[in-house]
Amino acid sequence: MVNTKLSLCGIALDNPVIPASGTFGYGHEFAEYYDINILGSLSTKGATREARFGNPTPRIAECAAGMLNSVGLQNPGVDAVIAEELPRLARVFHKPVLANVCGFSVEEYAENAAKLDKQPQVGWLEINISCPNVHCGGMSFGTDPRLAAEVTRAVKVVTTKPVMMKLTPNVTDIVSVARACEDAGADGVALINTLMGMSIDLRSKRPVLANVTGGVSGPAVKPVALRMVYQVYEAVSIPILGMGGVQSAEDVLEFLLSGATAVEVGAANVADPFACKNIIETLPAAMARYGITDLKDIIGGAHHG
Amino acid sequence: MKKTTLMIYKNNPIIGGVYKLYLTGDVSAIHCPGQFVELSVPGQFLRRPFSVCDWDRDGVTVVYRTVGQGTRRLAAMMPGEGIDALVGLGNGFDTSLSGEKPLLIAGGSGVPMMLCLAKQLLAEGKTVTAVLGYRTASDIFLADDIRYLGVDVHLTTEDGSAGVRGTVTDAMEDLDYTYFYTCGPEAMFRAVNGVANTSGQFSLEARMGCGYGACMGCTIETVKGPKRVCKDGPVFTREELLW
Ligand SMILES: Cc1cc2nc3c(=O)[nH]c(=O)nc-3n(C[C@H](O)[C@H](O)[C@H](O)COP(=O)(O)OP(=O)(O)OC[C@H]3O[C@@H](n4cnc5c(N)ncnc54)[C@H](O)[C@@H]3O)c2cc1C
Ligand SMILES: Cc1cc2nc3c(=O)[nH]c(=O)nc-3n(C[C@H](O)[C@H](O)[C@H](O)COP(=O)(O)O)c2cc1C
Ligand code: FES
Repeated sequence: MVNTKLSLCGIALDNPVIPASGTFGYGHEFAEYYDINILGSLSTKGATREARFGNPTPRIAECAAGMLNSVGLQNPGVDAVIAEELPRLARVFHKPVLANVCGFSVEEYAENAAKLDKQPQVGWLEINISCPNVHCGGMSFGTDPRLAAEVTRAVKVVTTKPVMMKLTPNVTDIVSVARACEDAGADGVALINTLMGMSIDLRSKRPVLANVTGGVSGPAVKPVALRMVYQVYEAVSIPILGMGGVQSAEDVLEFLLSGATAVEVGAANVADPFACKNIIETLPAAMARYGITDLKDIIGGAHHG
Repeated sequence: MKKTTLMIYKNNPIIGGVYKLYLTGDVSAIHCPGQFVELSVPGQFLRRPFSVCDWDRDGVTVVYRTVGQGTRRLAAMMPGEGIDALVGLGNGFDTSLSGEKPLLIAGGSGVPMMLCLAKQLLAEGKTVTAVLGYRTASDIFLADDIRYLGVDVHLTTEDGSAGVRGTVTDAMEDLDYTYFYTCGPEAMFRAVNGVANTSGQFSLEARMGCGYGACMGCTIETVKGPKRVCKDGPVFTREELLW
């Protein structure tokens, strides 16, 4: 028997597999296909104060071993998320969730976080200071350690729940941003969000995405993500939620060895509605194959000796 | 929706660059015309969406044009190979609204789905007319298959090499119909909306990520707010769409 149970900021997880924000809706689509209570947890689509349509379409493109998106935080607004989406999610998912929060100002982050803090289903707040697809805000908070710290402090004041700051890889030194968040009181960091990229359509000879640029994710970014988790693990003592290209149980083990306490799965859900289910079901066998009996024991294992 | 492995039974060109693919396996999740399947092509990260052209107890037919890497790789696949597929996606057409004399209007990759829609409407005892638009005579595909079902088929070509010269709306003027069903490029939708004198349904295409409602990649604005083409559509009524 192997043990897949872990704890993320004091909240128990049956396993470390968590669908990533923006790739799992609010869970109902998947609940039609399988019992999503097998998941460790799930991260909801980023909520902003106002309802947003997001960016113009096309806003999805493909690349070798991955995809680009410029969805731009389509969501019904934080009040509608609380009034409609979370109650609907509660009917199909009975574990604490990560509420993904976005904003265009420090005040908006705090306001949205305060509202989501009051929802009993919400276990953690995942503060997205890294979305590359929204102008005037979003990523700029995650690219400047000072601003990242400011958002962290503003959110910490309004909540008693663990605050996970979600970091962007589109920086020269992700470690300094992670440290700034830790120093400002963050309970954990989540990384990585998507890498800024683009794609050209040879038929139209124009960018595929109406927004021109978009965020790259999927297996193509996994080496970058693993490297960043590894570096951040050396620098901070708060838990890391690792993500970027996870699509198999082996990938989960690699992220844990790099220093992640749990992982999120994003683009893999877009390619396959059963991606998380498959990862969870194959995890015990993968552990056994590599002589791992307890996941807890391998967190950061790649750093020793 | 059902995820399943389908087996390629036939994958043959029917005209230059257009292939008819017959896949066998569990297609029980398809319940009406206008739904689509998503096929996982080896080497491509995202699945490719294709309308159901026809289906029966044993399998599903898809007719596709090779446009890029995914469809070219699909065209190179051989009978006997398996394809990982999501079957029975999307809402499909509502045939209960058609009245006695529905009109089908299609161009390009919108033509294939009209085959199973025509079959269904005919089975319901309706008199079905179709206007199918192509660029030129050598581009014409599936028109005879639809005609043989018992549909009154009118053709248009942009260069006048077959049927009426012009676009689908040039052939719609003199037709008498109670309702319409249409699929094709956006410019065609606008033209159809400009001349049609009844209500109708439009089957939309969009660049998709997931195809099952999770990623918000395919959203359009409608009179009822943002809707996902893959899950809330691909079929929308004339009244739901913003023009
Ligand atoms: C609901 C639906 C039904 C469709 N039905 C048919 C059909 O019956 N027959 C047919 O020939 N084609 C159909 N299409 C279009 C077909 O999906 C694309 O031609 C195909 O995905 C192109 O793939 P590619 O790899 O060759 O092209 P690439 O350009 O290399 O593909 C790159 C990416 O863009 C997407 N893409 C490219 N063109 C389109 C397009 N026109 N629409 C949507 N996504 C696109 C691809 O899926 C892929 O993710 C349909 C599309 C949708 C959304
Ligand atoms: C379609 C799509 C939408 C996303 N939306 C969000 C979002 O709303 N908030 C967020 O923090 N991250 C969002 N992300 C980023 C993912 O949560 C994740 O950080 C990233 O995709 C890397 O993981 P992956 O390689 O497994 O996809 C989105 C990603 C995709 C592909
Ligand atoms: S393609 Fe993902 S929601 Fe429609």
